[in-house]
Amino acid sequence: MAMTDVAHDAVDYVRPAEIAEEELYHPKTWLGKYVFSQDAKIIALQYSMTAMAVGLIALVLSVLMRLQLGFPSVFSFITPDAYIQFVTMHGMIMVIYLLTALFLGGFGNYLIPLMVGARDMVFPYVNMISYWVYLFAVLLLLASFFVPGGPTGAGWTLYPPQTILPGTPGADWGILLMLISLGFFVIGFTMGGLNYVVTVLQARTRGMTLMRMPLTVWAIFTATVLALFAFPALLVSAVMMTLDSVLGTSFFMPAIVSMGQTLDHSGGSPVLFQHLFWFFGHPEVYIVALPAFGIISELISVHARKNIFGYRLMVWAIVVIGGLSFVVWAHHMYVSGMNPYFGFFFATTTLIIAVPTAIKVYNWVLTLWRGNIRLTVPMLFAIAFVFTFINGGLTGIFLGNVIVDVPLSDTYFVVAHFHMVMAVSPVLAVFGAVYHWYPKITGRMLNETLGKFHFWVTFIGLYCIYYPMHYLGILGVPRRYYANGVTDFIPESAQSLNAGISIAAIIVASTQLVFLYNLAVSATRGKPAGDNPWGATTLEWQTATTPPSHGNFGKELPLVYRWAYDYSVPGAKEDFIPQNVPASSDTGDVR
Amino acid sequence: MVLAIILVLLVVGSVLFHFLSPWYLTPIASNWDFIDDTLTITFIVCGFVFVVINLFMAYCVYRYRYRKDRRAEYEPENKRMEWWLTVFTTVGVIAMLAPGLFVWAKYVEVPEDARLVEAVGQQWKWSYRYPGVDGILGTVDIRHVDGNNPFGMNPDDPNGQDDVLVSGPEIHLPLGSPVKMLLRSKDVLHDFYVPQIRAKMDLVPGMITYFWFTPTRAGRYDVLCAELCGSGHYSMRSHMVLEEESAFNAWLETQPTFADTQVVKVASAGGSLVEQGQQVAESQGCIGCHSIDGSPGVGPTWKGLAGRTETLADGSTVVVDDEYLMESITAPNASLVAGYPPIMPPYQLDEGTMAALIAYLNSL
Repeated sequence: MAMTDVAHDAVDYVRPAEIAEEELYHPKTWLGKYVFSQDAKIIALQYSMTAMAVGLIALVLSVLMRLQLGFPSVFSFITPDAYIQFVTMHGMIMVIYLLTALFLGGFGNYLIPLMVGARDMVFPYVNMISYWVYLFAVLLLLASFFVPGGPTGAGWTLYPPQTILPGTPGADWGILLMLISLGFFVIGFTMGGLNYVVTVLQARTRGMTLMRMPLTVWAIFTATVLALFAFPALLVSAVMMTLDSVLGTSFFMPAIVSMGQTLDHSGGSPVLFQHLFWFFGHPEVYIVALPAFGIISELISVHARKNIFGYRLMVWAIVVIGGLSFVVWAHHMYVSGMNPYFGFFFATTTLIIAVPTAIKVYNWVLTLWRGNIRLTVPMLFAIAFVFTFINGGLTGIFLGNVIVDVPLSDTYFVVAHFHMVMAVSPVLAVFGAVYHWYPKITGRMLNETLGKFHFWVTFIGLYCIYYPMHYLGILGVPRRYYANGVTDFIPESAQSLNAGISIAAIIVASTQLVFLYNLAVSATRGKPAGDNPWGATTLEWQTATTPPSHGNFGKELPLVYRWAYDYSVPGAKEDFIPQNVPASSDTGDVR
Repeated sequence: MVLAIILVLLVVGSVLFHFLSPWYLTPIASNWDFIDDTLTITFIVCGFVFVVINLFMAYCVYRYRYRKDRRAEYEPENKRMEWWLTVFTTVGVIAMLAPGLFVWAKYVEVPEDARLVEAVGQQWKWSYRYPGVDGILGTVDIRHVDGNNPFGMNPDDPNGQDDVLVSGPEIHLPLGSPVKMLLRSKDVLHDFYVPQIRAKMDLVPGMITYFWFTPTRAGRYDVLCAELCGSGHYSMRSHMVLEEESAFNAWLETQPTFADTQVVKVASAGGSLVEQGQQVAESQGCIGCHSIDGSPGVGPTWKGLAGRTETLADGSTVVVDDEYLMESITAPNASLVAGYPPIMPPYQLDEGTMAALIAYLNSL
């Protein structure tokens, strides 16, 4: 590794540009600026708002599910069919259409060009198309609420054969819309994803070596690479399932007698679908988790006024986790009927992932250690993220260790685990990130009192929802049940617990309205933020204007002289030194 | 300060909840104590890490809270500490993985003397098949399935003639001897799940899956489906009765063989017509979708059904009489009640069975 690639260096000289910069195309109409915009920042907002809108629908669906679970048979419009339709749409929307779109399309678009010192994404036009294809996918998905039979109720995993058989709601139209929508999502994502990868590799400003990039960029970059490899598996399985459904092929369909009717299918393999789905599905977990990791690293470092601990190890951990995420997929299938000897391999690879993941947690906590911690709203969310992620990560060890998974799989333990690790934690990271970068996006601060109220109810509420849920799973309560009915091993008290969880869920869900209100009102009435309200080092805070204009950095692109985490450098005047400040212009920080 | 206190409270609360909450593993009824032991080891290691890291974080939040006159320490890396933490984590992971794989090796090796029993799943009922005196299960094929041969037995296979077929709501097993459960599905994925046994496995149409266990504690346990299988997933129930060998053998004797089912065509004799009807309803899985107590289900409840006026999907109304009931059983989608999906399969029942079922329906 060359000297300049050492993480925490600072230099005085950056090589001059070899080619002159090309002027961006600046739109002249309102429509071109704000609707069919090619500016990554506008596209980021379009992605974010669409994702949050559709996420709100999924949130309402989860409240409806909780109403049924907490108070069975009270709400007559929640039929068994409606219930599993809610389950399915809630899961798919949250994982794909909210979290993936928000982290990559939203934060990726906004932060990558700004943080690496680029004027925009390298293919702005393709970037714009990416959003419109995503929007189309969302509309197709939502259309399934209005077709005969309603949306599919096959569970977000869409396991055949039931997905396309009459015993499952939405087996005619709902599932087709879902599959086609997923296809368009993948196409739209691929356009955006190629942009993010090429921008990171080719459009960094001078001096921004890979090992000087903020961890947020490393994380979103790695997540995008994962997605580019993983989503094709989803696409082909969606195509094959569509063919099974429409043309009567038998990729996933064996010989079946369904509801007394012998079907024409034969020879297909339902387990093959599961392999394809999880070959996509497990990396998908990290497509959501890695950006959260990166954002949290940023937030903790900035607000603890301390360099991120073990930067290089953090980068390697991201890359290693990303790589390993492709060889663990069958830990979702320990009881699927696949060859049981696979269990040895996949349990081992899965538990190996615990090591780099634990390193990330240690380094976050060690960044707090001997820091100078400002408990701003973003920092509160970041610490809550670490807390819930530790919890969710550890229960992953239960489920990854094949024999321990056997009694727990398909129970509420699984529901509690994956919500803690890929719903609660990433969502806390999203909130932290919004409170952190909102001042850059709008030029105004979010209201802090409302922010703290939002934080406390959300954090404690979510923990009260999901922590006890693990114990229902250990007891053996199966997931995806409309009602537990008369079941000897489930005591009455479990129903009281369910009612309590539902009440907590309703409180947490309604508190999100406070957040939305804060977002809306602070945009015009918030305290003016200035260019760098947190005293952060990374380039997005060093722009000439806030919010940044088209082209991000005004006349001159910033040059990068140091890594992204020069906080509290001994002898320096301030407790942070921006990346674009040369080594000699500050006192005593030369190392 | 507040945050540090809350973090400590959440850690303490979580640990207390673990020990004090009434919800934990059901009493085990099989030989898989090893699974419970591995779970306990995992709880100890993970619980330790959870408590230590979070308390340390709470300490940092309190001890290093912001002060204007203080600077954070500047220490980009600490190789020694990073190595120690990596090694420590690796040891912890091995401590959990090694016993896990050791038990898994037992789980995948079925004892050679294990008794074969087959569980068959379909939307939304369980049925079971035992090998007859020859100890061999006859061959089956999904193409042989029809109203008179719900198991899809190969009628030409001599090994299958003495197979014992149990369409009823119970599977019985003797204590103390290992059982290899063969799992077969006629339609979609299911999962044979008895919490007290710990072991479970999916049923996959097109292939036979399996797992094994040794029943150790007498009792009657819930059998559930643990893999989403459509509208009636939550009501796909049955019971597992674990009992002494002698009681088991006596029970098995009362169950019909495949050859019997091809000759005798009446619902199991004995009892009044209504009682016979109730048995039919249970063995055919009707009650998976139709509740008998008025609670909502996949299909309309049977409580008070006879004589009720139902609105049909086409908007017309019908008074439920024997004729309508019969039509709804033999051709369910012809006059569908409004608000329910057309998913019930047609049932071909012989005259006696049908009469018993209708009598039962009228009694509710």
